[in-house]
Amino acid sequence: MTAQSRLLARADFNALIHALEAQGYRVLGPRERAGAIVFDEITRAEDLPVGRVSAQQPGSYRLEDSGNGRFFDYVHGPESLKRFLFAPEERLWTVSAEGTVSFKETLPEARPVAVIGARACDIAGMQVQDRTFLAGNEKIPPLLKGGHGGIYTDPYYATRRENLFIVAVNCTRSAATCFCASMDTGPRARAGYDLALTELEDDFLVEANSTAGEALLAALPLRNADAGAESAAAEAIEAAAVSQTRRMDTTGIQALLFDNLEHPRWDDVAERCLSCGNCTMVCPTCFCHSETDVTSLDGATSEHRRQWDSCFALDHSYLHGAQIRPQIRQRYRQWLTHKLASWIEQFGTSGCVGCGRCITWCPTGIDLIEEVNAIRATPGAQRAADI
Amino acid sequence: MNAVAHILNPYLPQRAEVVERVEEGRDIFTLRLRLCDETARAAYRFQPGQFNMLYLIGAGEVAISIVSDPDNPELIDHTIRAVGRVTQGLQQLKAGDALGLRGPFGRGWPLEAARGRGLLLITGGLGCAPTTSMIHYALQRRAQYGPLTVCHGVKHPDDLIYTDRIQTWCGAPDTQVLLTADKGTPEWRGRVGLVTQTLDDVEPELFKGVAMMCGPEPMMRAVAESLLQRGMALNDIYLSLERNMHCAVGHCGHCMFGGKFICKDGPVFSYAEVRTLLAVKGF
Ligand SMILES: Cc1cc2nc3c(=O)[nH]c(=O)nc-3n(C[C@H](O)[C@H](O)[C@H](O)COP(=O)(O)OP(=O)(O)OC[C@H]3O[C@@H](n4cnc5c(N)ncnc54)[C@H](O)[C@@H]3O)c2cc1C
Ligand code: SF4
Ligand code: SF4
Ligand code: FES
Repeated sequence: MTAQSRLLARADFNALIHALEAQGYRVLGPRERAGAIVFDEITRAEDLPVGRVSAQQPGSYRLEDSGNGRFFDYVHGPESLKRFLFAPEERLWTVSAEGTVSFKETLPEARPVAVIGARACDIAGMQVQDRTFLAGNEKIPPLLKGGHGGIYTDPYYATRRENLFIVAVNCTRSAATCFCASMDTGPRARAGYDLALTELEDDFLVEANSTAGEALLAALPLRNADAGAESAAAEAIEAAAVSQTRRMDTTGIQALLFDNLEHPRWDDVAERCLSCGNCTMVCPTCFCHSETDVTSLDGATSEHRRQWDSCFALDHSYLHGAQIRPQIRQRYRQWLTHKLASWIEQFGTSGCVGCGRCITWCPTGIDLIEEVNAIRATPGAQRAADI
Repeated sequence: MNAVAHILNPYLPQRAEVVERVEEGRDIFTLRLRLCDETARAAYRFQPGQFNMLYLIGAGEVAISIVSDPDNPELIDHTIRAVGRVTQGLQQLKAGDALGLRGPFGRGWPLEAARGRGLLLITGGLGCAPTTSMIHYALQRRAQYGPLTVCHGVKHPDDLIYTDRIQTWCGAPDTQVLLTADKGTPEWRGRVGLVTQTLDDVEPELFKGVAMMCGPEPMMRAVAESLLQRGMALNDIYLSLERNMHCAVGHCGHCMFGGKFICKDGPVFSYAEVRTLLAVKGF
């Protein structure tokens, strides 16, 4: 069943922001900050990166003027939805040793947040993380039976997830690093959003995909869309898909990578990789984190905190006074095999949604597609053993 | 404003107290713990081979195996080696002191699959806590299992702990203990050599049983391969693995071993599940 889609004039965009505010949401949207697009609070359409496009290449991101007044041609920046659900740093609980020792959970405030401008890859990335952090939550598809996958729900993630309202934007433009079409995640948002917008000449085609989304539509100045508007939207999205020159070939990817763990290409990429972890920070699906305690000076109270961690950090694999993965070769291999192969074993889905962020934001421009292709080109090649 | 209040917080420790503390050897001690909350205590159940996350106030959390008997789940024993910040802190605790406990976590030993069969329990180095729990479990239920052989290897005779308990094991019916040290001393009465060599002295019928082991990975691999050569089935060989752990619930990524989370898919695995990857360095 597809509901009747409607049109919101670009000139009426403020009505969307105000309707969300009126329903109690904190409204976040894309804003230009220090040369990149990030999500931040917006109060009016002028806050959006109007007429800006991103030129993305391996290791490079630049914002340029497009010469038109479109709102969402920028495609994306380094941020996805990840930080709104899985916080970069947060307190999990506190403990007090004064009198009787007591532990107290510190769940995040259940404050409704609306994000305008989530892309298909961002939503797909969120749905991949749902499989890590949620189990048995009604909103979430049940985990694949028989496979591994989460059995514990993370209440911090779940609280934010329950309170997130997503206004998706279907991409009508792709960046040069995008490959969502080949990962079957975009450029059209398929599920998991409340409202979806497709930017047309002077309007947005608006579609609702949840009760909350329907309720919001009632508060907007909309016209019914005719078939012409719907096909214009479909064509624009299809054009974005067709324009993607990067494609990931995932045929037999689990066997390909795990049969080539000693391939010389891992040494080759290790020469270029700085092990900086940027790729894991910008990736919408990476979930690694570490926990630490911050104790008061008198030792009477302590906060147990967690923060994003990266498998590129040397201590990530610390065990018995040494590291399991001391070499960059081993850490890059851990990341790539996890992302593209082990993830499927764990969660029944790839850990890559094809957003291309790790390619753009890698300081040395490493492209995971090229790394896979290089192994595919010479399967079975063996590195010389370490001396 | 949907609060997710109905979800149990798997990150939140329960308050526990030290009931008793036993010195086992140099820097090795056993903490007998009890959950303070009555409801939590009554609900707590575990299996041999599972572990808890013990939280020392202000210091941090570490994964520690449970070594006591699951039929007495109100008293939970942990044998700990002081190696770093948190474990050295735990070493300072005395009876009556409080700490945090989350658990139990993970998949333990295959108790049902092993019932009625011979048991070969192998440990090397210092990692003997998980197998100790299984030895105790089987000896408490001696009739449910076939012949039991324990192969225990240490680097140096001084590393041997539980000497009294080992004496008791030797006296149990249909039970054999093979001790070995990499290097002997004049007083050492056990074998000298690697734990793999003790397999030569194991009764052949045990190779038709089930093997369970823990210890350093190279040692476990060598033993497992040797067991395969002696005719044991891949699916009858079980190992307890270790990795860095922060969350214990499959969320933090630290314990990953290829597509497995050691914390929730393990720590016990059949050799069939992990054989290929154990042969590769860096996972
Ligand atoms: C499933 C499992 C069961 C275990 N059972 C026992 C047991 O019964 N008795 C025992 O003495 N030890 C056991 N260990 C090892 C124990 O967890 C480590 O010795 C302990 O974490 C070291 O912490 P530390 O702060 O004292 O040392 P540090 O070297 O200061 O460690 C710092 C941090 O690194 C991580 N870390 C370091 N070593 C290990 C390790 N070996 N395993 C996991 N994380 C580690 C932890 O996050 C730790 O807090 C077990 C480990 C696992 C994974
Ligand atoms: S691996 Fe790279 S392209 Fe794939 S989802 Fe992560 S950041 Fe995007
Ligand atoms: S692949 Fe690039 S972004 Fe990722 S750790 Fe290596 S240098 Fe950093
Ligand atoms: S310990 Fe965190 S995923 Fe296993």
